[in-house]
Amino acid sequence: MPYFPSRSSLSFAIAILALFAAAGCAKKPAAPSGVSAARPAAAQIWRVNNGAEPQDLDPQTITGIPEHKIVSGLFEGLATEDPKDLHPVPGLAESWDISADGLVYTFHLRPNLKWSNGDPLVADDCVQTYRRGLTPSFASEYSYLLWFIAGAEDYNRGKLGDFSKVGVRALDDRTLQVTLHHRTPFLLKIIASHNTWSPLPVKVIAGFGPLEQRGSRWTRAGNLVSSGPFVLKEWTPNQRVVLERNPKYWDAANVKLDQIIFFPAEEPATEERMFRTGQVDMTYELPQSKLDTYRRQYPESLRIEPYLGIYFYRFNVSRPPFNDKRVRRALSLAIDRESIVKNVLRGDQQPEYAISYPGTAGYTPRARLTGTVEDAKRLLAEAGFPDGKDFPAVELLYNTSENHRQVAEAIQAMWRRNLGIEVKLVNEEWKVYLTSQHTQNYQISRGGWIADYVDPHVFLEIWTTGNGNNDTLWSNAEYDRLFAAAIAAKDDHERYEIYQQMDAILVDELPVMPIFYYTRVHAVSPRVKGYYPTLLDNHPYKYIYLEN
Amino acid sequence: MLRFIARRLLETIPVLLIIITATFFMIRFVPGGPFTAEKAVTPEILRNLEAHYGLNKPLHRQYLDYLGSLLHGDLGPSFKYPNRTVNEIIAEKLPTSLELGLISLLVALALGLTLGILAAVRRNTWLDYLCSTVAMVGICVPTFVLGPLLVLLFAIHFGWVNASGWYSPVDRVLPCLTLGCVYAAYIARLTRGGMLEVLSQDYIRTARAKGASEARVIFRHALRGGLLPVVSFLGPAIAGILTGSFVIETIFQIPGLGREFVNSAFNRDYTLVLGTVILYATLIIGLNLVVDVAQVWLNPRLKFE
Repeated sequence: MPYFPSRSSLSFAIAILALFAAAGCAKKPAAPSGVSAARPAAAQIWRVNNGAEPQDLDPQTITGIPEHKIVSGLFEGLATEDPKDLHPVPGLAESWDISADGLVYTFHLRPNLKWSNGDPLVADDCVQTYRRGLTPSFASEYSYLLWFIAGAEDYNRGKLGDFSKVGVRALDDRTLQVTLHHRTPFLLKIIASHNTWSPLPVKVIAGFGPLEQRGSRWTRAGNLVSSGPFVLKEWTPNQRVVLERNPKYWDAANVKLDQIIFFPAEEPATEERMFRTGQVDMTYELPQSKLDTYRRQYPESLRIEPYLGIYFYRFNVSRPPFNDKRVRRALSLAIDRESIVKNVLRGDQQPEYAISYPGTAGYTPRARLTGTVEDAKRLLAEAGFPDGKDFPAVELLYNTSENHRQVAEAIQAMWRRNLGIEVKLVNEEWKVYLTSQHTQNYQISRGGWIADYVDPHVFLEIWTTGNGNNDTLWSNAEYDRLFAAAIAAKDDHERYEIYQQMDAILVDELPVMPIFYYTRVHAVSPRVKGYYPTLLDNHPYKYIYLEN
Repeated sequence: MLRFIARRLLETIPVLLIIITATFFMIRFVPGGPFTAEKAVTPEILRNLEAHYGLNKPLHRQYLDYLGSLLHGDLGPSFKYPNRTVNEIIAEKLPTSLELGLISLLVALALGLTLGILAAVRRNTWLDYLCSTVAMVGICVPTFVLGPLLVLLFAIHFGWVNASGWYSPVDRVLPCLTLGCVYAAYIARLTRGGMLEVLSQDYIRTARAKGASEARVIFRHALRGGLLPVVSFLGPAIAGILTGSFVIETIFQIPGLGREFVNSAFNRDYTLVLGTVILYATLIIGLNLVVDVAQVWLNPRLKFE
């Protein structure tokens, strides 16, 4: 019968079959973007997958890493980061003086600083920015990074109504004086690495509603005025964010990229395919299942870099059996971290035997969790559970994720084999899990902590009494005393010696069981240059360029 | 018929109200809130955040406030994206979802009807078996398998299209094909079944006896009745294509509403959850009404009652 379009449907059927056949044998590796994608030599357009759609681009209300990655190209701090080791180098401020007691910082802004709209950038912009960030009703989640300023915490908590009593002052257009509440040896690192301290275009913001109103429209493309190497050219939600070179930037002559395009693909498998077709020059992460393929076929694109973060299990020390430190120690000794890192994670993570990260700004903890499985058994027996007998029912909580599940299963098996105890695995959706953890509604809970700046302080402050992120109910008077003493210490040498004692207490008490130190695993095209491995995974964009 | 439609529209109001109420309270009773984060904030900041969005008021007050602003067509600000309102997000994303859905639907209909009719007309021949097998495979292979397979083949292997995105017209091809194929498979099976049933009816034999050409029998007489199951399926299918595009949108990085719909629940973005639920509920109710009207129109044995 000639009436039916049988040919087209037939060819479709054949196409479908061919598709499956071809997909089965399409194993021939496609060249990664860096090899095949040829572009005109002039265009320096860096295409990055950024892992998520940014919530907003207001440096004072954002909390996530994808937002931080975009904003760090738009706004510069008084100090900024060195591209190789992130140590503070002059940014908007060309220099600074620190008083002998370490309490007064005087920043000297560069001459003729301009916002991207041409307005002069002056010291008072900083003052107004900090006032905004500390205004209680503005409710900036990261405002605590400004609390080092004298009076700032009280003002932020609503106990002090007069901002003129807060220790920040513009002495003239180019001089900013900040008086601290206490010595803060790592203040410049925070200023360099975190945008909470970067001045904002307050006059522009005020044009879009009250300065202290969250979520006004000043952050949209066309409205946003910036101070850093780039300006916001386009923000199409869930499509892309485009940054373009800022000709008004003080160091514009040294900015090499013309554009940075941030894509918001969330799914690691999707972005990996984008990388392979050359749509992006860099992925946000890499599926674990692809690691071996990349090691074998695209080693030049695979980047595995140390990442200043720790992965651990919290014990709820208020509940038996984990109120007994022998039990915590037994469990901590009975796992094989080398095996977890090598066989489960496979991303060159390092086994963790102490809390602090080795080599954080010159600090490496001397304390180390040592002992054998035999020691673990003995400790468990001493605690009243010989060979795991009568050990109560225990649940191990983690947030729903394939990687966390694999680690938890490995540890569950190790505890069963080495100690004879049975632990039940419980996974919860992210926010349910966070709520359980913040309300201490758990027995053992997976945890992780990624540093905001490079200083051992970040991993040690969490475990002080009453810290909102402690969540273990562990409290140790000596530890708290040392923490206060460290802040008052006269130099880094003295401070680090105190941190050594704090790390020793943590390894002895083990409110958390260290497991491994993170690494950052992603794919970066070999044509991306000036991109160095850094502990925070921050990469000052003005040093980056593409080799054609 | 107008009375029928008017009555159905009136019935919609209490249904929507129940959906809004249930959603409003259910999402509130889920542990965690829009500001639950890994890094704890001070209680003062949390209180101020909640005050900013009116979350410090009693729940019934918030509910009434929400209904009040809903009457003015205001779906409120998004919690997750502070500088955008829910109205804006829907206005931005809905057209993309509609485009994706519409093209996929056309793909599904074109493929599904062709395969189904072909299979029915060449019943129990190799052509029928081939079409039925293809349809069965289409049903069995989920989108999250088919999508990456298509990308592997056409984007990575041949390099004809982008692996993901929604930037140029050619970016529409793979996602629409993926989403369309699944529904095409269902439509093919339904069409075949419907056609076979109709083709064995007396009036078809009468038509043939009167000497009508085969084409006239199939397209003029049989198709109208044979498509009834497809039409009933289309209502839920369109709703499914629109609301269920989450997977496709994630695989292909498409800025549609399906992802907002699912992610808003994870983000506890209360207003965005409500906004998308209301929109989808309205769409589903509306589509069901259209399907009911279409069925009566196609099937003389039914009446508006």
